[in-house]
Amino acid sequence: MNRILKWFDDRYPIVSFWEEHLSKYYAPKNFNIWYFFGSLAIVVLVIQIVTGIFLTMHYKPDTELAFDSVEHIMRDVSWGWLMRYLHSTGASLFFVVIYLHMFRGLLYGSYKGPRELLWIVGMVIYLTLMAEAFFGYLLPWGNMSYWGAQVIISLFGAIPFIGEGLAEWIRGDFVVSDATLTRFFAFHVILVPLMLCGLVFIHLVALHKTGSNNPDGIEIKKDKDETGKPKDGIPFHPYYTVKDLFGVGVFLFVFFGITFIVPEVGGWFIERANFEPANALQTPPDIIPLWYLTPYYSILRAVTYPLFGVDAKLWGVISMGLAIFLLFLLPWLDRSPVKSIRYRGWMFKTALTVFVIAFVLLGYLGTKNPQSIDLFLFTNVTWAQICYFLYFAFFLLMPIYSRLDPVKPVPDRVTMK
Amino acid sequence: MMIRLVFAILLLAVAGGSYAAGGGDENLDSVHINLSDRASLQKGAATFASYCLSCHGIKFMRYNRMAEDLGISDDVLRSNFLQPSQKPGDVMDVNMSEEDAKRWFGTAPPDLSLIARSRSPEWVYTFLRSFRVDENSNTGWDNDLFADVAMPHVLYRVQENSTREEYDRVVRDLTNFLVYVAEPAKLVRYNIGIWVLIFTAVFTVLAYYLKKEYWKDIH
Amino acid sequence: MVDEQVDKNRRRFLTGVTSGVGAAGAVLAAVPFVASMTPSAKARAAGAPVQVDISGLEPGKLLKFEWRGKPVWVVRRTPEMLESLSKVTGELVDPNSEEEQQPAYAQNEERSINPEVLVLVGLCTHLGCSPLEKLSPGEVDAEWEGGFFCPCHGSKFDLAGRVYKGVPAPTNLEVPPHRFLSENLVEVGVHTDPEDLA
Repeated sequence: MNRILKWFDDRYPIVSFWEEHLSKYYAPKNFNIWYFFGSLAIVVLVIQIVTGIFLTMHYKPDTELAFDSVEHIMRDVSWGWLMRYLHSTGASLFFVVIYLHMFRGLLYGSYKGPRELLWIVGMVIYLTLMAEAFFGYLLPWGNMSYWGAQVIISLFGAIPFIGEGLAEWIRGDFVVSDATLTRFFAFHVILVPLMLCGLVFIHLVALHKTGSNNPDGIEIKKDKDETGKPKDGIPFHPYYTVKDLFGVGVFLFVFFGITFIVPEVGGWFIERANFEPANALQTPPDIIPLWYLTPYYSILRAVTYPLFGVDAKLWGVISMGLAIFLLFLLPWLDRSPVKSIRYRGWMFKTALTVFVIAFVLLGYLGTKNPQSIDLFLFTNVTWAQICYFLYFAFFLLMPIYSRLDPVKPVPDRVTMK
Repeated sequence: MMIRLVFAILLLAVAGGSYAAGGGDENLDSVHINLSDRASLQKGAATFASYCLSCHGIKFMRYNRMAEDLGISDDVLRSNFLQPSQKPGDVMDVNMSEEDAKRWFGTAPPDLSLIARSRSPEWVYTFLRSFRVDENSNTGWDNDLFADVAMPHVLYRVQENSTREEYDRVVRDLTNFLVYVAEPAKLVRYNIGIWVLIFTAVFTVLAYYLKKEYWKDIH
Repeated sequence: MVDEQVDKNRRRFLTGVTSGVGAAGAVLAAVPFVASMTPSAKARAAGAPVQVDISGLEPGKLLKFEWRGKPVWVVRRTPEMLESLSKVTGELVDPNSEEEQQPAYAQNEERSINPEVLVLVGLCTHLGCSPLEKLSPGEVDAEWEGGFFCPCHGSKFDLAGRVYKGVPAPTNLEVPPHRFLSENLVEVGVHTDPEDLA
């Protein structure tokens, strides 16, 4: 066996790769539950690609055939229903994992130097993933698919001067039609998955250059032993390969539980209106975007007044763009000398708590009628406006409160809390 | 720690709230769906073939699939369901053309393959029990759940000749059948799912002990 | 130390068992994916057997229908037609149907289960054109006893679908798998999936 390995290793850097990135790659030993989601994201990506390939064997990207081909998969194709549910469950769980993965970054300051680029690449992955989900959602050609695409593309139409032309160019037609479906198929199946794989690769390369952060926000490379290994580091293999294997097991339990027992998740993972074919003459009465896009939808709808000669619709689009753009700026907005929330003061802790509540609430409100009162006292749109300000305040005031915040002393060595 | 608690509570609140809010369930009657009740499914299939299939197709369901899943023999399939020109592998589509349908009813009767998923089983059950006489309408009927419905009360004779409970049972069996039609895989996915979950749990437990063993090294 | 020794064995055991269960899981997971590539219910329906009622088929006539996208002929042969079969044996390439162009039960002179009823796939074994029915004597040339003539390249077959010498077609016309459900009900094609109903 060693002879065979040597034959390959003389011709391909297998052993050095294995050592550099696995058996001799040192990661902090104090990773907690928040550190599972990176590897889980890779697992979901692989599941989506594999199930996606098998779905593509039977799916037909043609407005006359698409809806029927999905039912063909659900009924006529052996185990087709399983491929479909794995893919739909995976799509939603991808976002659950990614949101939790990003939240870890906020908790422990993983976006701060020298990991700014890692964070930026991650944000690009996030945007790319949203695009992938958006393109994929049109493919079943259900009524929610159709109208969802119609609405989102019309957002591009709101951009002054170039808007209409841009929307037409994206659609390939004057309305969402067969031309749109076929190109979204090309984007969803080939273009964006290739981009995602490339971006994930870059993300991992960036990570391995700086090394991982950790829940105490301490740079483990600053404290090395005589042999040059970080005192608080442990080799990724076998310790984190074996720990991540356990994490995958727990995750798959949840994944399969949903896939086999409640794939629709009450209409959140697969929406009822999508069991009707696309109907250009009738919008579903309860039209909402996919749950993972609802916070931004809320922000979009929150602006109801025109300002400085710009109408509310355009302000909504600008707000939405800004809401995502501010996430990119996080490494520079945060002026705290301390990375991890464990050593931050009450200001940041409050701000982050408020931010999370606002974000989740925005998501919830994005599924509701703006004029109704579903919470208490105020209409949904008023609550959305409150959360809108809280969301932006988190970022825009951060340079101030992150500097004023009374921080606690950061220990020299990691704590195994 | 505080953050995690707030986070968890928020998530549960939203999840709970949204689950309760459901999908606009209005005043729908509850119906007991049981896909392992073969007799019920067979009765529902017979009712569908007798009263509904002439106008409403269920074009995603094949005769032979239905026969296999519901335990309908080849003879019964051919005598009670198949037209002479049809084969068991054919889909259960309707003969009426769309133009004819539009001419006679004003709108083509929709295909019902997925009605139990796009509306809900409760909606189907309530709908079929909400027809009322209305002399001013085209058909002489209207429906409490679906105002100005173009469909006549096709099950009128059945309702006339049954007690309240008997009619409800006929509609329940029909609804049961339509839930099956909307997703035949439901017959198998729970059973397979349990085994998959058990297997995954075993694997996870083993992985846990493997992790604990290796992490003895770390202090 | 003793501890180290126990550790290593336990580690090897746990790693082995977990890997074993994991590998088993991977194989089990692969099954649905591989299975999904087998013919779907739609494909099986399209390729399903066809039942044909031949009660209205008069002697000496041919009935044509489609099975698996191919033309299939049923001919109700007259006693004269059957008699003519032995007359042309010398002019045929494979009079005893030694090439496997028919199921075992059709490997006889008449190439059928019931001599009266001939079932053939109506595609020339040369390049796939559908030959013309020339069932009566003298229809093609003076010596013609009856059979099928392919207009594309001139191949000739007799009233049992057997190919004549000196024509481009190499083999006898194919007899499809078939059976009689009753005296006048023929089923062409057989089920490959035992779960499929008729």
